[in-house]
Amino acid sequence: MPLLEISGLTQRFGGLQALTDFSCRLEEGELVGLIGPNGAGKTTVFNIVSGFYKPSAGQVVFAGRETNGLKPHRITALGMARTFQNIRLWHDMTVLDNVRLARSAWLGYGLWSAVLRTPGYFRAEKAIEKRARDVLEMMALTHYADEFPKNLPYGLQRRVELARALAGNPRLLLLDEPAAGLNSADADDLIRLIRWLHDEFKLTIWMIEHQMKVVMSLCQRLTVIDFGRVIASGLPQEVRNSPEVIKAYLGDDTL
Amino acid sequence: MRRYTINMLLALAAVLLVLMAQTNLMDKYALQIVMLIGINCIFATSLNLVNGYMGEFSCGHAGFMCVGAYVGSLLSVAFFSDSALFGQALFGPEWALALFPLVLIGAMIAAAVAGLLVALPSFRTRDDYLAIITIAANYIVISIIENIDAIGGPRGFSGMKKTVNAMADSVNTLLDGFVGFLGFDFVVSDSDYAMSAAVVMLIWTLIGAFICVQVIRRLMTSTYGKSISAICQNEVAAEIMGINTNRAKIMAFMISSGLGGLAGVLYAHVYGYVNAQSFNLLKSTEGLVMVYLGGMGSLSGVLLAAVAFTLLVELLRFVIPWLNTTLHEVNLLPADYQLDQIWTWVIIPLMLILLMQFRPEGFLGNRELTHVFPGLKRWFTLK
Repeated sequence: MPLLEISGLTQRFGGLQALTDFSCRLEEGELVGLIGPNGAGKTTVFNIVSGFYKPSAGQVVFAGRETNGLKPHRITALGMARTFQNIRLWHDMTVLDNVRLARSAWLGYGLWSAVLRTPGYFRAEKAIEKRARDVLEMMALTHYADEFPKNLPYGLQRRVELARALAGNPRLLLLDEPAAGLNSADADDLIRLIRWLHDEFKLTIWMIEHQMKVVMSLCQRLTVIDFGRVIASGLPQEVRNSPEVIKAYLGDDTL
Repeated sequence: MRRYTINMLLALAAVLLVLMAQTNLMDKYALQIVMLIGINCIFATSLNLVNGYMGEFSCGHAGFMCVGAYVGSLLSVAFFSDSALFGQALFGPEWALALFPLVLIGAMIAAAVAGLLVALPSFRTRDDYLAIITIAANYIVISIIENIDAIGGPRGFSGMKKTVNAMADSVNTLLDGFVGFLGFDFVVSDSDYAMSAAVVMLIWTLIGAFICVQVIRRLMTSTYGKSISAICQNEVAAEIMGINTNRAKIMAFMISSGLGGLAGVLYAHVYGYVNAQSFNLLKSTEGLVMVYLGGMGSLSGVLLAAVAFTLLVELLRFVIPWLNTTLHEVNLLPADYQLDQIWTWVIIPLMLILLMQFRPEGFLGNRELTHVFPGLKRWFTLK
């Protein structure tokens, strides 16, 4: 059974058809890319999968469960995490708190325990803190635990966002342009990091990316969309040579 | 050790205050101001939960205070004294001291439910719209109460003094028993040392303020409560990272309005009389000034602001008449014009405007005292 199966996804925003009959499946442990020119509808796919948009038509099945109509926090609780194209950290909280809050779906205590400070509260907070510190350690961010993200350089902010996504122990990680705005050296670091996450934790990763170096060296499979339609899919080498794809990226050469 | 310093300091201050009131070192007027400070601390810190931590703009916090004040007053009269409205007392005055917490809890629940009723329909609105809805809610509450003749309508409602007096009697009886148990031949209730009704309310106000601040501090230092700040700082990220944003918002709104109700019921019992008009938009504005003066999302800042603001308003009571006489003496004011207390309501909103112009984040703005003066961390911790 695939971890994620999307079939016939269609999304309309008023008169705009952002996505038409999009289908795709991800097996457990795969590292797959989703590429396409600007405005092709890539982020729309992610927004639907993570529950942020309700699709006009079509179906998403994640871990054997249909997620249509589920609130984003419920989908997160099923084991999905994502990062954003434009970094969305909580900038007035420490890095540690950012990661800690990603455990919200598995808090283990409620309002009354928090206010009355029951033993259960301390137990749960201790577990949360430990998990958060472990993730920071793993991502080599321990040093920055008490910094505010807004004071960190861009590359580190990206890493914090990734750490936050990992704090929930996701089965599926959606990365929306993780290399955007990174220089060449940072991008190389990122490639190593993503490969390591994929190998070490058997994470299933689905990424949107524009930097071809990142896509080509990481992805086992690619799906290409343009104007909301799948125009090609397959191995990176095949996709790269597909005339449809070249046309989408470079334009029609019959000027 | 650091964990207890604040609590010990507060306990010491409370005991000192009660002793000063008890030995008449503090006169009736000063006592009144101290109680008002306590109530304003509850009012402002609870509003801060929505306007500061959650980053929404609630403009009608006094409406919830009003609900708390009226429901608390009605419960108090129904429980502890015979009245034309409810007939015979449900429990009788001898139960007043023991069951007063029930009155407080009832008022808080009523105000929290009122908060829920406002929060549910305004769920999808933000910013200006929430402000408009809360202002409307404030007016609705006042109008409803003014139009129920059974609880006094625009004349207001009273009868809570009896409850407070009954509590004072119970305290004095207990003290008598205690002194007698120690073997002294001294009757406290007949002496100058008998605890007055005002001191009883001082104690309740201090307890109320302490509980309110504790609830907010504990909530906002827990991962559970920080989800409220997460919504404020980036709602999309909060939703995606597994925070149930709707639930968190409703929870914050209900806790905020419930604690606002606590401020109301204490207010009603301190003055022994409530009138819906004392909880109008001016009162809500007072809350806003305190929150924005102290700094949104800063507990210590808002507490300091509540103290400073209450004192300032009291100070204006003396400064304005003094200005009036002085300005007339030097002939700067026309002889037939008198400066009166209404100028308080020019000065306070003016403060708010100047504050927004020159220091929009308030005194402390999202930081606590310990961030501004790191040296303080040696002495106490806010965790």
